[in-house]
Amino acid sequence: MVCLFDCVILSCFYVIIHLVYKVGDVLLPGDVFSFQMPESITDSKPEKVVCGPGLRRNGDEVLVCKSGILRHKQPNLYWIDSQQRRYVPGKGESVIGIITSKSGDIFKVDVGGSEQASLSYLAFEGATKRNRPNVQVGDLVYSQFIIANKDMEPELVCIDSCGRANGMGVFGAGGLLFKVSLGLVRRLLAPQSEIAKDLEKMFPFEIVVGMNGRVWVKSKTIQQTLIVANLLESCENMTAQQRQTLFRRVADGSI
Amino acid sequence: MRDTPLSNCERDFLLKAIQEKKRLDGRQTYDYRSIKISFGTDYGCCFVDLGKTRIMAQVSCELITPKENRPNEGLIFFNIELSPMASPAFEMGRQSELLVKLNRQLERCLRNSKCIDTESLCVVSGEKVWQIRVDVHLLNHDGNLMDAASIAAIAALCHFRRPDVGIQGEEVTVYSTEERDPIPLSIYHMPICVSFSFFQQGTYLLVDPCEREERVMDGLLMIAMNKHREICSIQSSGGIMLLKDQVLRCSKIASVKVSEITELINKALENDKKARKTGGKFGFAESLPQERITALKTDVSPVEMSDVKEKANEIVQRAEVPPQTVPSPVLTAPGTGQVGEGLENSWGLKEEEEEEEEEEEEEEDETVELKMDETDSPGPRSVCAVFHGHSWQDGTE
Repeated sequence: MVCLFDCVILSCFYVIIHLVYKVGDVLLPGDVFSFQMPESITDSKPEKVVCGPGLRRNGDEVLVCKSGILRHKQPNLYWIDSQQRRYVPGKGESVIGIITSKSGDIFKVDVGGSEQASLSYLAFEGATKRNRPNVQVGDLVYSQFIIANKDMEPELVCIDSCGRANGMGVFGAGGLLFKVSLGLVRRLLAPQSEIAKDLEKMFPFEIVVGMNGRVWVKSKTIQQTLIVANLLESCENMTAQQRQTLFRRVADGSI
Repeated sequence: MRDTPLSNCERDFLLKAIQEKKRLDGRQTYDYRSIKISFGTDYGCCFVDLGKTRIMAQVSCELITPKENRPNEGLIFFNIELSPMASPAFEMGRQSELLVKLNRQLERCLRNSKCIDTESLCVVSGEKVWQIRVDVHLLNHDGNLMDAASIAAIAALCHFRRPDVGIQGEEVTVYSTEERDPIPLSIYHMPICVSFSFFQQGTYLLVDPCEREERVMDGLLMIAMNKHREICSIQSSGGIMLLKDQVLRCSKIASVKVSEITELINKALENDKKARKTGGKFGFAESLPQERITALKTDVSPVEMSDVKEKANEIVQRAEVPPQTVPSPVLTAPGTGQVGEGLENSWGLKEEEEEEEEEEEEEEDETVELKMDETDSPGPRSVCAVFHGHSWQDGTE
């Protein structure tokens, strides 16, 4: 599962032995979240429970604040799997941004959130005050959030903590950018993603997936690029079975 | 909120794809996206889906005094609103250029073409005429707003029914919909706009551009035509120079498209009329596909049954003895029969029992004796057989 979200770690959270919700249940905002300890872990021992997206601590209890399905990852991680299209910047997430303006030392980048993020021109690999990066207005950048909370303007960087680009930076000539929902993006980025595996069998292409729902695709011909883009947009609400039949049909009928 | 800017790579890709005669969604050059027209429960409410572009038009009317220089003509007022839910670029309350352009085009297309007989809207010359108001709301913006707005407006106008008016000497009575059937507007023809977007310095054109194609186009040509091949208005924007034969070619394409769309509107109107006449369900809610997720469904879970018998016995023993039922019915008033005791009248009013013609069995001074079976289980208690006159209302639920 993709685990890039801000975790609220509760220390010494005493568990109520009282089965209310099981993993896989649909929960609605406002539900008080309590759960039963799995048998493998001994009871009566205070345990750290990590609450992921969709769960929020409210005094002594944990409340659900997004509607969706409860998921669990061993040993102690719980989160709500919800569906949305509007992106909210989160620290550490890699997104595709569009440069909207250059002002002084920073670029303003549109990431699809409520505010534009700022990207310093020094935050590129090998950039110095004399050696400015070659970034124009309207370019696509793949970058990471270093500051992303509700009180401050979000900030992006195109280098990692060692100073290396690591795949980030300006890109995008010749490909197509389109938008999908955040759930599909998370499914694509999962370590064993079936959608990605099915797509790979079709034909070779380059793909950049941003956590803000933006996907960039490039293939050998325009027709193939369009096919991949349309396939990705359409496999949003399909079951695995339907998706595989669709991909097979396209693979047989295309080229 | 600001609109998403168009990145360089998107623009390059779109222009290259158009050069290779490929559109983003796989359409051909002259293809329209799928158009879906549905009507609401009120007369005059119309929803149009042009691909993902969604528009709603609502027609309403009121009586006002006419203009001085045209005392026997009704008035038509058009209003397009760009709702912020349609696109992050639209802000509430701000008059943008696009809004002014759309309003002006819709007025030119529908009012100047005189598609509605305004003289039939006159009630009393010089004093009272009908003012028809068409409100068009944009619900989702995915390109080609003008076409969708014109289809929605004309379909709503054809669907609309105004209240009937009776004139007797000096008196004017406006009948409500319950009293007399409302009458449709008299519409001569249906002008529909068709938009063409131009690329590569006016050499290549596409019909029905979607939002991304609109962003990279060089210019736009909009032709409003009706199915009798009469051009109602032509508008070219974007500053490109068009040749005469290009414009003629566009008008030929437009006439084909307009006849198809007019056919579609007429069919939609027919379906709606049929549904209303046969009493079937109509309206916006019915036009949505029923994609149900089974509600209140839980997995099969085991139920503990170990001490059910004891618990059941306990409950039965603790239960109260049910009240005795009267062995024979009690006659409270002539013309009625009663089995058991009715519920206490909670209205606080004196109950009026009306005589019912159907009660042939009960005559005035006779008590009806119904044999009560003693072994009847204490089922539902009182069956109060006091009939009241009732007239059932016809109509849908």
